[in-house]
Amino acid sequence: MSEMAALIEPHIPALRRYAYALIRDDTSADDLVQDCLERAVSRWHLRRGGDVRAWLFTILHNLFVSQRRQTLRRGSHRTLEDVEHETGIPGAQEHAVIHRDMLRALAALPEEQQSVLLLIGVEDLSYAEAAGIVGVPVGTIMSRLSRARNRLRRLLDGDLMNEERPTTLRRIK
Amino acid sequence: MTGGMPIGDDDLHGYVDKRLDSERMAAVEAYIATHPDAAAQILRYQEQRQALRSALQHKYDEPVPVRLRIAGIQAEHRRRWRRSLGRVAASGLWLLIGAAGGWIANEELATGRSAQVTAASASPVNEIAQEALAAHRVFAAEVRHPVEVDVTQEKHLVEWLSKRLARPLRVPDLSAQGYQLMGGRLLPASAGPAAQLMYDDGTGRRLTVYLTAEDGGETSFLYVHDRDLGGFYWRDAGFGYAVLGQADRRDLLATAEAIYRQTGDALPVSGR
Repeated sequence: MSEMAALIEPHIPALRRYAYALIRDDTSADDLVQDCLERAVSRWHLRRGGDVRAWLFTILHNLFVSQRRQTLRRGSHRTLEDVEHETGIPGAQEHAVIHRDMLRALAALPEEQQSVLLLIGVEDLSYAEAAGIVGVPVGTIMSRLSRARNRLRRLLDGDLMNEERPTTLRRIK
Repeated sequence: MTGGMPIGDDDLHGYVDKRLDSERMAAVEAYIATHPDAAAQILRYQEQRQALRSALQHKYDEPVPVRLRIAGIQAEHRRRWRRSLGRVAASGLWLLIGAAGGWIANEELATGRSAQVTAASASPVNEIAQEALAAHRVFAAEVRHPVEVDVTQEKHLVEWLSKRLARPLRVPDLSAQGYQLMGGRLLPASAGPAAQLMYDDGTGRRLTVYLTAEDGGETSFLYVHDRDLGGFYWRDAGFGYAVLGQADRRDLLATAEAIYRQTGDALPVSGR
């Protein structure tokens, strides 16, 4: 019983991060994660071996997709735009500005590209795992990833944060 | 070039995400040493990747809210399970009463059947597919109320739907295809009542089997798809069938065949 908790709980911070990145509202994101965990607990016996993390992300992703289909026309970009009009940001908050711009640019991508970018670039899932979670072939994942990265770059270069782009992020192995 | 495939865009991404094997990694490194454009591209991808991670790091570092603790969710799950067991026990009595009523009603139906059958017979098969697609879109997305009668009352479900469709309906077992029955519901279709059975693969991917009473001749499997949703429909042994899900065509065909095998011969309802 608590073996299940021990296997699921280490992934909760990542599930919350993914849900938040897609929904951009703290409460709704945690609601989605809660639905995901409830389903994981009740379907634990149906899990067919394999990686728990990928399984959890599959459940979360499917819930997100079906929920989004239901609320398609409502639009939920408001939370970030609400804070957008702050002016005169002191130096200490420069970081927050960069992060905010990044999340706004992410939000401007098609949803399917957001998912791929997050699963691979942030959650460190393999291309094959991401393909399994989203339910498309690996080739589709690759082309979505490429389109997502190029589009995100254009969004960030274009009108959002020309001179504030972080410059100290070299991490070549 | 060192004999391998030329370096492509996917290699640049693979390099950034550290998903290349060491040989390919070396090939990309050799390539970018002489192609400054590709080197710049990689650098931009790397910066962007890191920037996105930093932008979301605060969410990862936050303490997990109490309501997301597995122990609490497990306890709630057990509580709900016990409550539904109690309800099932209570409904056992009603089932007995219902079964007796159904027995009598069935006799009535057998005589009144011919009239109903003409009303329901032989709607165009693609109409079945369209109505099944619409029903799937509406109910497969339901998180809280996907079915009207759930699997804990499977016997009741079978009897009820059989009665409404005026013929013995069998619930296909799709566990070999990885799907477990969640339950079902009754729906209005243009030719009369229709039944929708819903299945789940354990990750939340749902499959529906849609049935209507049909007396036209048998048809072969026909493929239908609409955006991300696909499936097969056919007519056989007194029913129009459609099976729909977000799976690839080959898997859906295998599922359709499994249903066909299990439902083809008109055996009486097993009721399990």
